[in-house]
Amino acid sequence: MVLIFVVLIPVLMMLIYSFLTKEFRGGVIWEFSLDAYDQFFCSRGLFGDEPCSIEWTYINIFWRSIWQAGAATLLSLVIGFPTAYFIATRPERVRPVWVFLITIPYWVNLLIRTVSMKFMLRDNGPLNDMLLATGIIDDPLRIVNTNFAVQLGLFYSYLPFMVLPIYASVERYNFALSEAAADLYASKWVTLRRILIPAVKPGVIAGCILVFVPSLGSFLAPDLLGGAKNFMIGSLIEEQFKGNAGNWPFGAAASMILLTAVLIILVIFARQQARAQKAVS
Amino acid sequence: MSDDQTIAVDVRNAVKRYGDFTALKEISLAIRDNEFFTLLGPSGCGKTTLLRMIAGFEDVTEGGIFLFGDEIESLPPNKRPVNTVFQNYALFPLMTVLENVSFGLEMLGTAKTEARKRAGEMLELVQLTQFANRKPSQLSGGQQQRVALARALAPNPKVLLLDEPLSALDLKLRQTMRFELKEIQRETGITFIFVTHDQEEALTMSDRVAVMSAGALQQLGDARDIYERPHNMFVADFIGETNLLEVTVDKVEGGRALCHLGGGHALGCDATEGVGAGAHVHLSVRPERLYLSDAPVANESLKGTVRHNIFVGTDIQTIVDLEDGPRMTVRTSNSDRGNKRIFEAGTTAFINMERGAARLLVD
Repeated sequence: MVLIFVVLIPVLMMLIYSFLTKEFRGGVIWEFSLDAYDQFFCSRGLFGDEPCSIEWTYINIFWRSIWQAGAATLLSLVIGFPTAYFIATRPERVRPVWVFLITIPYWVNLLIRTVSMKFMLRDNGPLNDMLLATGIIDDPLRIVNTNFAVQLGLFYSYLPFMVLPIYASVERYNFALSEAAADLYASKWVTLRRILIPAVKPGVIAGCILVFVPSLGSFLAPDLLGGAKNFMIGSLIEEQFKGNAGNWPFGAAASMILLTAVLIILVIFARQQARAQKAVS
Repeated sequence: MSDDQTIAVDVRNAVKRYGDFTALKEISLAIRDNEFFTLLGPSGCGKTTLLRMIAGFEDVTEGGIFLFGDEIESLPPNKRPVNTVFQNYALFPLMTVLENVSFGLEMLGTAKTEARKRAGEMLELVQLTQFANRKPSQLSGGQQQRVALARALAPNPKVLLLDEPLSALDLKLRQTMRFELKEIQRETGITFIFVTHDQEEALTMSDRVAVMSAGALQQLGDARDIYERPHNMFVADFIGETNLLEVTVDKVEGGRALCHLGGGHALGCDATEGVGAGAHVHLSVRPERLYLSDAPVANESLKGTVRHNIFVGTDIQTIVDLEDGPRMTVRTSNSDRGNKRIFEAGTTAFINMERGAARLLVD
């Protein structure tokens, strides 16, 4: 029941809106139209009267979003995996404390955190001050308004979603398997690659999905840290609904396309996970 | 044992401490090549810690461990030419049985086809050839145990360490596996170091047994030695069943000791080194080396009243309350040979010891 209200109905509304005609001051006119999708995929020249050729603007934004979200996910994985492993290998008593510490920053509103991030990274912010003071660099690093800043922002926004599922699977991992591998002459690296990682893969996949999906639709980090040049799909959708200038059907259509893309990615992951699961049983 | 002189694993004054807790108190052991050696003791006695120190999973706080004369303490587990059969097998769940068994060889750099071939031979040795392509979770406990054994044997280690490998199996299977393990040890000639808390396992399989308790070595010897000539109270009590009698030693002379029970009853037995006149110690007598009679057979016969009889299948246990001493157990073989008389509860009977049955303990 709840699912119908919170998932199905909103998605259906979105689907319907994406096929309606736009009202100039926001909102929709109840008249069937493919304009929104046409606008997304087709370029019809300045006056809109030419035949459809592929419109790259939005597809490029889309592509950039996937790329940015992917990079943020990778960054989260590289930092999150060792963190999760570290926590899971602490004595049982202190593990909840570490988990708690990881989640503390996330009690602060995402907007505040993203703004703080910008403050940290800007040309005369603490990070650059520190690097300059220690003599590692001579000129401040330009981080804000780059792709990397967006990736950092996304990484920081969603890190716990990577750490927690990996932590949960490493905690369940039978460390005797690592001992057995070492006993059978496997180096630490081989043990990690051939024994530990395959065993905790479901947690890694879950973590990647949980970071990738919200990153893809995120608009705060790209808006605040990326500047106009690093526009992402989330910002594009946000703009269509904000204020009076928006285009609701177009926003809805972009959302539907995003949803479809995410679903396809999820299905691919789920297939892989099912295959891994089958291998275990 | 082909060569008694070669020492496979030499543990010299090894100490293991965890903070304030001492898990092992200065243990020295010389384990011979080709030997089936058992570390026996109750849980928490330090036997597994010692095994893990040999494998390299625990470092040695003090002292040293030598493998065929080479110091191995500084080597990580993956550089030590020993392999382990883990208590819960620790088979790699995502690999097939064959992949599990060939893993060690592949890690040693053996070509894959060669490693697989050798793994196949190992599976033949443990009679699991037809399960080569199964996952460990599709096997029974006994089969998993045998895969673990094959996996540890495949790289042809100098020493095989076995950490209570049979404890998770049911009784019948355990008995079969005991026999198989012993056979495999004999066939391969690999030194086995076997950890167990099961004294029957230790006695039936081992060339030599080290009995451990509270982080210390209590006694080292072959099975008969340990059983028939226990050194102290712990060993006498832990291995098999025994009757412990408190005695005071009166005189030691010509390898014989004369002592008396609390009530004054005199007993004679072989002397034990380190137990002199005046010592207040315990005497251990195995129940199967006692027999009952209606009348005293010798001066030393102990008078008592039969409390009850317990039928245990292979034999009958008679519980007797001594006139001037504790309760004792007498075991009579359930066979038609000899005097198979049941002494009913309440009757008066005399307990007699076979010559050499009583053993004075260093308490």
